[in-house]
Amino acid sequence: MSVAAAFFYLFAGVLVASAFMVIASRNPVHSVLFLILCFVNAAGLFILIGAEFLGLILIVVYVGAVAVLFLFVVMMLDVDFVELRQGFLQYLPIGVLIGVIFLAELVLVVGSWATSSTIATVPAIAEATSHLTNTQQLGRVLYTEYVYFFEAAGMVLLVAMIGAIVLTLRHKPNVKRQNISDQVARTPEQAMEVVKVRPGQGI
Amino acid sequence: MEIGLSHYLTVAAILFTLGTLGIFLNRKNVIVILMSVELILLAVNINLVSFSMFLGNIVGQVFALLVLTVAAAEAAIGLAILVVFYRNRGSIAVEDINAMKG
Repeated sequence: MSVAAAFFYLFAGVLVASAFMVIASRNPVHSVLFLILCFVNAAGLFILIGAEFLGLILIVVYVGAVAVLFLFVVMMLDVDFVELRQGFLQYLPIGVLIGVIFLAELVLVVGSWATSSTIATVPAIAEATSHLTNTQQLGRVLYTEYVYFFEAAGMVLLVAMIGAIVLTLRHKPNVKRQNISDQVARTPEQAMEVVKVRPGQGI
Repeated sequence: MEIGLSHYLTVAAILFTLGTLGIFLNRKNVIVILMSVELILLAVNINLVSFSMFLGNIVGQVFALLVLTVAAAEAAIGLAILVVFYRNRGSIAVEDINAMKG
């Protein structure tokens, strides 16, 4: 067994095991941590197959942003997660049944397709035939042929950002806030009054 | 044994199945359901990237990049909705989310 095959089995095994722990662990914080392990191993698979840009993007975007966002939300919400685990065993038989059927169908499709074609035996030719790195290849098509898709992805992210802010922004009614425009618009005439006080009389 | 395309497809298939199984098993916990959706999208990405590399066509990776973008946006919006729902109801159990049922 070559080194690449050994690393493939390592990454794939840890990937599948951590994906199983994501859905099976009792504590959602553990689920999120296993999700991070899952993404890191998927990034390892991507780098192993030669798609190093997507592998690193997976670590930056998923591990750095999405999984940490999940972690924030899980820790922020004060929820009794034990109560949410109720019914796990109730749905276990039907879930496992459907999962096994689904997996068998997928494997049958992949197996029949792969054995009836010569594609599966073709090694990765993208890096062999090209002198460009993966990132350069991706950039050459992403910014020319697929630039509209790229812009659309940017719009999706912008809308998601604005949407998340609009959804979660909330002004509490009884909190005093600094109003900078009011402060700047304040003039000495509004703020001060000169009062002549006679001696011995007060105001 | 040489690692071929079918190995990667099998890993992606197992990951996809685990994602759907997670949706079935954790029917009360929206956070785990969102994480299962992320697993499913990761399986799709593995399929796209492995086809892209084994067929020698870079376009699959462009599409995987777009899927990744949409997955990140979906996670952000989903978690924002979850936070707003928790503020209003004090619970994130799925069976409490039936206010729009006629």
